[in-house]
Parts: sequence; structure tokens; C-alpha cells
Amino acid sequence: MSYGHRVSESAISLRGVVKRYGEITAVDRLDLEVPEGTCVGLLGPNGAGKSTTMRLLTAQAIADEGEITVLGHVLPGDSEAARAECGVVPQLDNLDTTLTVEQNLRVFAVLYRIPRGERRTALERALELANLDDRRDTRVDKLSGGMRRRLLIARALVHQPRLVMLDEPTVGLDPQVRQELWALIDALRAGGVSILMSTHYIEEAERLADAVTIMAEGHAVASGPPHELVAEHAGREVIEVYGPPPRLAEVEREALGNGFRTRRTGTSVAVLGTESANGKAPEGHRRAANLEDVFVLLTGEEVQ
Amino acid sequence: MSARAHRARRIGRLERPALAGVLTREVINFSSFWRATTFSSTVEPTIYLLAFGFGFGSLVSEVAGYDYVEFVGTGTVATAVLFSSVFPAMFGTFIKYQFQRTYDAILAAPVDTEELVTAESLWIATRAGTFGCTPLLVAMVFGLDPRWGMLLVPFIGFLTGFGWACFGILIAAVLKSIDNFNYVTSTVITPLFLTAGTFFPIDGLPQWARILAQVNPLHHCVELVREAAFGFDTPLQDLVRVGVLLVFGLVLWRLAIWRMTKKLVD
Repeated sequence: MSYGHRVSESAISLRGVVKRYGEITAVDRLDLEVPEGTCVGLLGPNGAGKSTTMRLLTAQAIADEGEITVLGHVLPGDSEAARAECGVVPQLDNLDTTLTVEQNLRVFAVLYRIPRGERRTALERALELANLDDRRDTRVDKLSGGMRRRLLIARALVHQPRLVMLDEPTVGLDPQVRQELWALIDALRAGGVSILMSTHYIEEAERLADAVTIMAEGHAVASGPPHELVAEHAGREVIEVYGPPPRLAEVEREALGNGFRTRRTGTSVAVLGTESANGKAPEGHRRAANLEDVFVLLTGEEVQ
Repeated sequence: MSARAHRARRIGRLERPALAGVLTREVINFSSFWRATTFSSTVEPTIYLLAFGFGFGSLVSEVAGYDYVEFVGTGTVATAVLFSSVFPAMFGTFIKYQFQRTYDAILAAPVDTEELVTAESLWIATRAGTFGCTPLLVAMVFGLDPRWGMLLVPFIGFLTGFGWACFGILIAAVLKSIDNFNYVTSTVITPLFLTAGTFFPIDGLPQWARILAQVNPLHHCVELVREAAFGFDTPLQDLVRVGVLLVFGLVLWRLAIWRMTKKLVD
């Protein structure tokens, strides 16, 4: 099969992808694009179909409809060739816990078909990247949560993939460790690696992603660079009004009556797009609109 | 980027690098628990030999023309092969996909289910072929005479172990809970293990049981090992026995791949 002339320069391209599990449609006519060399964040509440999308990309789930291309390989037929050039960081830690850091990496150096003579160099590079050089002989079950996560990422990078897919890379980690991982992911992107990262941490997407795709109920409800999505959907400025629930309901009613969009934050009501309020905005705490406003606006306030 | 250059290469079926990758993982893992495995696979047949050999041996000195210790010593090769293949395959596979999620990690690399199942069963079969020899070695301590034919025993163990490894993987793929393994152990494995002709010759069994024994792969394993240990008296029948084991392995290999694919890829 020849891929001499490719139409798109996409690392990942999904067109109208549908995946059903019995009655449930987990992914519903999803379009998703990861241009080569960029980092795309896949945002969405729990159950939006992010994890299923990740599984589709490694052909661990097979789409019922639509087209999936990964690094020019058409899935599921050419999935093995695609996987050879991809690194996958799963949401759930699946390291071999009774093996050492280095042994874990060595297994994947073979699985990813690194020629024997280059394995040593590849291992050293991965160890250094994950800053686990001095832990190479430590058994995985003796590592801290942050180190395990770094090893999980290093394992996905051992063959220097052109595309890395991370499924909720920092879930359950403390802020220091998250920062460390963000730096690692940012360095990858700077090195020209294409990245798809699913997350439900808005801050993570805002900091790392060149573009985000927001998913709800299995399809993309919005795509674009974070600041553009914010400007388009939430405006520039937001006023947050705090108070007891009856007061919040009143503020919400008034703001809606004045033509504003609102969203609840749990402790307050956020009135969006107040930069063009002409004196009709309520009194409250002013702040810049952010991606979280867009997220809640587009994926709904109710818990799924 | 240079990666584009070999883009045109399509990855085929049962590729050696994929098998090597899965095997590497198993070998490295094994290096951390081989002592325990070797210990139990040596001690177990010794206990069988002592218990049956001297327990029954004091009642019956000869069975089917053999010294009873020799009869049991060769027979328990099949037991060792069975136990070191079917149980690691059932429990190991279930643990690896359900609890450790190892297979998720492996299938994210350029490996497919066919390669995964094949490599896993080849590895278990190799172990079964190796550990299957321990009863023979123990029996030698108790007076079994070495013969050149015994060099074929690891291969008989490998062939039998491959089928049972695939059987174990199939069971792990089909059953939803590890507790349900008990049903298989008590309805399939124990009866087949007891009617294989390991501890007593099947000639004494009722006719239906003797007919059933002909489809029991373990019985053919037992008979082949005895032939290897005491001389190939019935070469034609031995070939048929090898054929049965081959068919057993081949059918269960495909079944295991089929069910495991259903389990791992949705």
C-alpha cells in the first residue's frame, strides 16, 4: 500500500465515527482532527465518550461507522502499523509491578520493535526523559504515584513515537506532580510530537492544548483553540454573584431576562459576556471568561 | 521524517517481533518467580510418587507389566504438564487482562490478539515441557532406568501443554469471574486427570470410560511418555496419539484466539 500523496497532514483524523454498545451509543458521529505537530485536548464530562474514542484509536474498539486515520494508516485494517508509530499512556496504570523500572521499559522496547543494537540508547533516553535515572533498579511497587505515572509516560515514549495519546494523564495526582507532567508533555510538543490528550481537567487543556475538542454525548460540540472558544461562547468578561440559593435563582432569572447567558459554579452564578452590559450587569466579582465557562455551557450543568 | 520511508510496509500476521515482545515480558517476569514454580513442580510429583508409589506400591507391586513406582513416575509427567499449563493459563490470563490490564498495554503496541495468545501459549507450553520432566527425574531417584527415548518427553510435554494452555486461555476468556473456574476444574480437569491412566490403567474401567479416554488428550500424553520411557512398542498407535494431541492443540489455539479477541476488542 502506498501513501505517497496524502491529502491531509493530520496525525489523527476521525470522520463521522459511530460506536455502539448494545443500546448505548458511546461515540455518535464524532469528527476529530489532530494536525501534525500539535497538541489537541479532548474535553468532556464523564461518559462523554473520551475513553471509547481512545480505544478506537488503538483498534481496541472497532467503529461501527465512519473513518479513522492515524498517521496516514486507515483503521482498523492498518492499526498495527499505526500503533508502531504511536505511544499510548493509559488512564489506568498497567505497569508490571513486580518488575523494575528498567525491566518495564525493556519489555516495551522489544514490543515496539526497537532494533537490538539501539535498545540501550532508547532505554537511557526514556529514563532520562522521565527523570527516573536513579530509580532504574527500583521495583515498580516501590515507586510513588508520580514516579509510576512518569514511568507510564516514558514507556510510551521509548520508541520515539510521532504521536502520543494520553488518557487522563494527571488524574488523581497532587499539584506538584501534575506540574511536572505538564512540563514533560509540553517538552514533547516542543519537540514536534503530535499529542492527543483526553482530560476533564480544564486547566490542563487550557495550558497544554493548541486546540481543544469538547465532547458531549458522544460527539464534538465545539472545536478550536481555547481562547477562540472562550471568546465565541463565553465572551470576554464574567461576573460572579455569590449568595444564598434563593438569591442565586433571582440573579439567574434577571440576567437571563436581560439577555445574558449564565452558568452555575456551585457557590455562585456566573453571568457571561458582561463586557457589553451597558449597565445591566449585576453587582459581583468580575473576572475573565475561561474555558470552564465554555465547558459547562456546552456540556450542561447537570451531572451526567 | 525517516519513519515515512518504511510506511509502505504492512504488518502481517503472527510476526516474529510481536511474539518476541510478548515472550520477553513473560521471560523477564518469570525470572522473578521461577524459584517458587520450580520448587512446587519438583515437590509435587515427589509427593505423588511417595504417596502412591509406596502406598499403593505395597499392595500392588506390578501394574500393566511395570513396576508400580515406574508406572506412576511416568504417568505423573502428564499431571505435571497439565498443572503447569492449564492453571497458569486460566489464572494468569484472567489476572493479566482483568486486574493488571497488561493486555491493554500490550495491545496498544503493534501486537494483535492472535500474536498475544500464540506467544502466551507457546511460553506456557515451554514451561510445561520443562517442568513435565521433573517427575521422571524424581522417579529415576527411586529406581527408574534412564533411556534415550526419554529425551522426547519434553516435546510430548510441550505439545500437550500447548493445548492445555490454549484451553486455559479459552476458559479465562469465556468465564466472567475467577470463582467460576471451580466449575471447570471439577467437571473437566479433575475427571480427565483421574482417567488418564496415571495412577491406574484404564483397562479396568467400564467400556464407556475407556472410549472416553480415547478423546482425553491427557491419556495420550501418559501413553506416549510411557512409550518413550519403556520403548516404542506400538509406533503406529503412537503416531495417532501425536495426531490427537496436534488436533487438540490446533483446535483450542484457534478457539482461544477467537474468544480472546471477542473479550479484548469491542
